[in-house]
Amino acid sequence: MTAHLVITVVLVPILASIFTLFCGDMMRRVVCQIAGLTVLGSTCLIAYQTGHSRDVLNIVLSGWEAPLGIRLYLDGLSALLLLTTAIIAVCITFFAEAYFGVKARSGRLTFFWPLWFLVWAALNGLFLSGDVFNLYVTLEIINLAAVAMVALPRTHESLKAALNYLVIAFLGSLSYLFGVAILYTSHGTLDIQLLAELAGIDGPYILAAVLIFIGLMIKTALFPLHFWLPPAHASAPTPVSALLSGLVVTASAYMIIRLGFTVFAPLMHTPLTLLLGVLGGLAVLWGSVHALIQERVKMVVAYSTVAQLGYVFLALPVVVSGSDLAAMVWYGVLYFVICHACAKTAAFLAAGTLINVVKHDRIAQLSGAAQHWPMVFMAFGMAGVNLIGLPPSGGFIGKWLMLQAMINSGQWLLVLILIAGSLLAAGYIFRVLGIALQTSEDSRPPVPAPLQLTLTTMILAVLPLLLGVFSQLPFSLLAVGSPFGALP
Amino acid sequence: MTVALLYSITGFLLFLMGICGLIFRSSLIRRALALNITASGIFLFIVAQAYKGESALPDPVPHGLVLTGIVIGASATALMIYLIGVLRYVSPGDNDSGEEE
Repeated sequence: MTAHLVITVVLVPILASIFTLFCGDMMRRVVCQIAGLTVLGSTCLIAYQTGHSRDVLNIVLSGWEAPLGIRLYLDGLSALLLLTTAIIAVCITFFAEAYFGVKARSGRLTFFWPLWFLVWAALNGLFLSGDVFNLYVTLEIINLAAVAMVALPRTHESLKAALNYLVIAFLGSLSYLFGVAILYTSHGTLDIQLLAELAGIDGPYILAAVLIFIGLMIKTALFPLHFWLPPAHASAPTPVSALLSGLVVTASAYMIIRLGFTVFAPLMHTPLTLLLGVLGGLAVLWGSVHALIQERVKMVVAYSTVAQLGYVFLALPVVVSGSDLAAMVWYGVLYFVICHACAKTAAFLAAGTLINVVKHDRIAQLSGAAQHWPMVFMAFGMAGVNLIGLPPSGGFIGKWLMLQAMINSGQWLLVLILIAGSLLAAGYIFRVLGIALQTSEDSRPPVPAPLQLTLTTMILAVLPLLLGVFSQLPFSLLAVGSPFGALP
Repeated sequence: MTVALLYSITGFLLFLMGICGLIFRSSLIRRALALNITASGIFLFIVAQAYKGESALPDPVPHGLVLTGIVIGASATALMIYLIGVLRYVSPGDNDSGEEE
């Protein structure tokens, strides 16, 4: 039963992608909604069954065993990510429908839909991949579709951003592929679990690790390889920005955690992680400071992505100190990434709703905007609470676990960076809110924000807070098939 | 083994050449070519790993990997060349789409 559902969540978006390419406007909307809700329903069932049976699931497609066949692997982590992705994806689908409106009924913007479902299918495939090569294929599909979506507005700015994104992403994936080839040469398998058992530190293994991590660092926009992200994420149409910053970067962050704690687990216990930690720290500070000085809301949110992704690496040096701390880091980083995905999507959608009504997102001219569109800024603020890491958000729980692990291992520098990053995040969120909350003399009746836009934004903004309050369920789901068992 | 090793080393050198081209060239078309050379280097390296000796059959898995890699590489190159082409006709400040921003 679950096996069929698992195949559904990959297959349905692919079919939707093909249908939306060919069918007319009315039909397209029906296809989008049916496909979106089908996948959402299936992922709910998958998450429920995984949490209920507490079993990991291996699905060998059409009877072809590894290494030639494709093996899908479902554990609690995959199930939770599938579910989060589905919720975010359905919100983005409904948002995009209202946001593009009549513009998307004909012409170039109709290509958004097939590309978007392709990204969704590939994301689901990526979270379910049981071998390193399928991770590569799915990540490539995501990237190629994402680049095409960035280029959709066909302005000089967006084309340049798309081109830079494509070059750097292609380079990253080549580096990753090279690493995979070396792993296969030395161990004769591509299967993540088998590789994890066979892994031992030697020359080819370290070379493979370096190549794979460089590839993933590029894709995760780790400082100093982050330069492509802000222009690409900010110059795209808002639904695209949201899915890039919310979902696409989550995929590569997931791969780092997945591979780092299985195939490359032996390396994570060496001081090599210190380098990743330092780069993560620089990313946190660099991204936050730049977010603080941007003039447009979307650029603030895009630089905030660079900063927030830094946390994924920041806590890694702690893993050396012991398996209890490693478990805390594992849970903390994953929970942080999942909540960040919701909050970042919400922040971009809030910016998009604003663009929809005021036709710009320049912060200096937003004075008094909050009194006209209170819901939009409330959503932005709630997403901000998570980005800063204030309780009761899920981002707080993630950061808290990381912080505890850092304190227990005595890494005070990391603690300082984490706190500094949170303060800077408070700075860039409150800077936007502060200007928007000023009272303005402007008494012209404002254009009301469309309900469909506000509602989808609001749902995503509330989600991280719910994840913070009801954290028991997601944590028990994460524990299914976790390398550390339940959280100590 | 020596032939396979020769291919591997050639592949690795091509990989490095491609990376250098990517870093030191600013022309977009040259960068696209550099990426292709990088990719070819990696593919050559992977195919060389399939060689299992004079009498043994070659391992089919690396070929599968390379085939997939070539398809992805070709798509990426096509997209890149398309974007470079369109970029030449859209000057900064031009906004032919009616999109926001």
